[in-house]
Amino acid sequence: MKPPAAKPAKPKRDDGHVRSGARVIVDALEELGVDIVFGYPGGSIIKLYDELTSSHIKVILSGDERCAGHAAEGYARATGKVGVMLCTSGPGATNLVTPLADARMDSTPVVAISGQVASAVIGRDAFQEAPMQAATFAITKHNYLVTKAGDLGRVVREAFHIASTGRPGPVLVDVAKDAQAAMVDVRETSFEFKLRGYNPVRKLHMNQIDRAMELIGDAKRPLLYVGQGVVLADAWKELRKFVEITGIPVTETLLAKGAFPASHKLWVGTLGMHGAAFANYAIHEADVVVVLGARFDDRVTGNPAAFATQAKWIQVDIDPSEINKNVTVQVPVAADVGEALAEMVKRAKPGHHDGWHKRIDELKRKFPYHYRPGTGEIKPQYFLERLMEAMGGKGIVTTGVGQHQMWTLQYCRFDEPRRYITSGGAGTMGFGLPAAVGAQFGRPNELVVDVDGDGSFEMNINELRTVRDNNLPIKIAIMNNRMLGMVGQWQRKFFKGNYSSTQFNEDIPNFVAGVQALYGVPGRRIAKRDEVKPAIDEMIGARGPFLLDVVIPKDEDVYPMIPAGATIHDIMLGEEQGHTPPV
Amino acid sequence: MRHTISVLVENKPGVLARVSGLFASRGFNIESLAVGETEDPTVSRMTIVSSGEDATIEQIAKQLNKLVDVIKVNDLTAERFVERELFLVRVAAEGHARAELIQLVDVFRAKIVDVAAKSVTVELTGATEKIEAFVDLMRQFGIKEMVRTGKVALIRAPREGKSQ
Repeated sequence: MKPPAAKPAKPKRDDGHVRSGARVIVDALEELGVDIVFGYPGGSIIKLYDELTSSHIKVILSGDERCAGHAAEGYARATGKVGVMLCTSGPGATNLVTPLADARMDSTPVVAISGQVASAVIGRDAFQEAPMQAATFAITKHNYLVTKAGDLGRVVREAFHIASTGRPGPVLVDVAKDAQAAMVDVRETSFEFKLRGYNPVRKLHMNQIDRAMELIGDAKRPLLYVGQGVVLADAWKELRKFVEITGIPVTETLLAKGAFPASHKLWVGTLGMHGAAFANYAIHEADVVVVLGARFDDRVTGNPAAFATQAKWIQVDIDPSEINKNVTVQVPVAADVGEALAEMVKRAKPGHHDGWHKRIDELKRKFPYHYRPGTGEIKPQYFLERLMEAMGGKGIVTTGVGQHQMWTLQYCRFDEPRRYITSGGAGTMGFGLPAAVGAQFGRPNELVVDVDGDGSFEMNINELRTVRDNNLPIKIAIMNNRMLGMVGQWQRKFFKGNYSSTQFNEDIPNFVAGVQALYGVPGRRIAKRDEVKPAIDEMIGARGPFLLDVVIPKDEDVYPMIPAGATIHDIMLGEEQGHTPPV
Repeated sequence: MRHTISVLVENKPGVLARVSGLFASRGFNIESLAVGETEDPTVSRMTIVSSGEDATIEQIAKQLNKLVDVIKVNDLTAERFVERELFLVRVAAEGHARAELIQLVDVFRAKIVDVAAKSVTVELTGATEKIEAFVDLMRQFGIKEMVRTGKVALIRAPREGKSQ
């Protein structure tokens, strides 16, 4: 008689302490406080998607992986928490390259979890294989390729730690398909970090603060140049205290909008290529500039050798590589800007800057933002002024990239940070709508308005499905000039008006009909100035999403403008204003 | 100015790509790069020779430090350090030339490691300047093939009885 066949060993079940790699990822996400992830599924991430359905974590199906990435960025920027994006291997993961690069440029804390083909076939050009670790070395803060389920608990926790500490940034965790499926006894794995090379904490050197305060004390025309670091470090309240005591005026970068209240009398606008002329003149005349969490971007400095040449520099940055990178500074402070500011507040003394304040007021009067009101057509600046009135300093504005973005830089003003979300360093068209989705999920009670360009909006119009699926009450205002306006402006200025590949058909795309038909999003097209106020009221009053297609003049330029690589002496103020730069 | 930078890194896959990729993507130059395991098998030491202005070298060190897999960066240039490079050269050696070559090999304390009918292969270790001087002398014989490892370097121990 044949002995009974040995009973096959009972497969280890995904419960108790023995869990799949995918479950280990979900456990880590739950423990880290993740309540939402944005992504797009596929063959190499299917196991993780399967496990996610048994978690309370909300899983958002984005328009595509790029939308998922920008939504995670928008969520992170609106909330200060780490944004999470998921995708499958190959083209799914390569679609994430743009958001990762964007997040690195703008120091946005995001973690991407991408599926990878099974470890046995990695490197053999398997179906939907792309070498994501190699592809993203230079555009992530750090990245991992995980082929063993036992490593996942530690790696996911490390990824969040790296993304959110020091100077924040994107971290990619590429997980082989078999590592997601493999069963692992969590009692036998360690979550202890293996990060001896990562030291995000910088000791604040008091002698540097002393030197900084001494220089500030001697300054006749001091100015603060505030970057997003102040927001990331949650140091904006300290900043206000410092300004209240010292009376030092504040200019800001694009990404720092709201870090200092725009309604404050010492607010001196936004620096840079299309920033306020008065801000650029002020920094040019300053004798001591305190740079707080900003990085001398070329869109701020123009030619760095000719930027604010009278200034002595104090630069506070948590990333030491930002100090002396583009401009050599006299007092470097490699430290958390919040800690540094707290210490500076303790030592701050009231300054006597009446003359300097008067000069800045004079610059503000002489060189305000301005535009020709026109004769009944809708100027984008006019629209944004009315939009700001309607929003009452609250809500959140996201943008695409181009002329409309620069008009929002000029006309959208906030008194608090994290209300303006834009792609700064990378200048990523198509950012506005998915970023609005992330922001709306992160702050469901805020009015979120995507002020977009016709070109930018069309790039990620597919994200409207996510808007509709989730009934997000996002408002979209398209500054529609039927062309790629910023490139067109450069073509007018520098290429004799040769509109190479920048003009769209007058009526195509038909945004209002299109979004209604495809996604059931209502909308309206307006072209006359007297339609603006009622249309904004209708948009904001709509219960769900709403699209406002705002027809603006084709040839409206953004002024002021300091051409790329040029200096304050080359500023174009807008021809009709007739100002000449002061000598 | 030429700098010798010693970098301790995690000994794991992809780290060399991270470091060399950083040099490539930020436009820093690498004159040589040598890498090998240290006394701790989880750590490798890279010796990188790069040249540039002080500000560039400062940026290189800072950017390297930002890599999570980089444990320590040390610019040895201002320190006292020992450096060596290994050099192999196959050089034409027939008739009188062969005797002359052997003499030079002796003077440089090099070693002949392979002999063929028309050529010999010579091994030399030493500081970069010594290697370069030897290369120049070998040219007159006719270099068939050569290879250099790139510099490796270690900081000198502090001298007895003297504080650093």
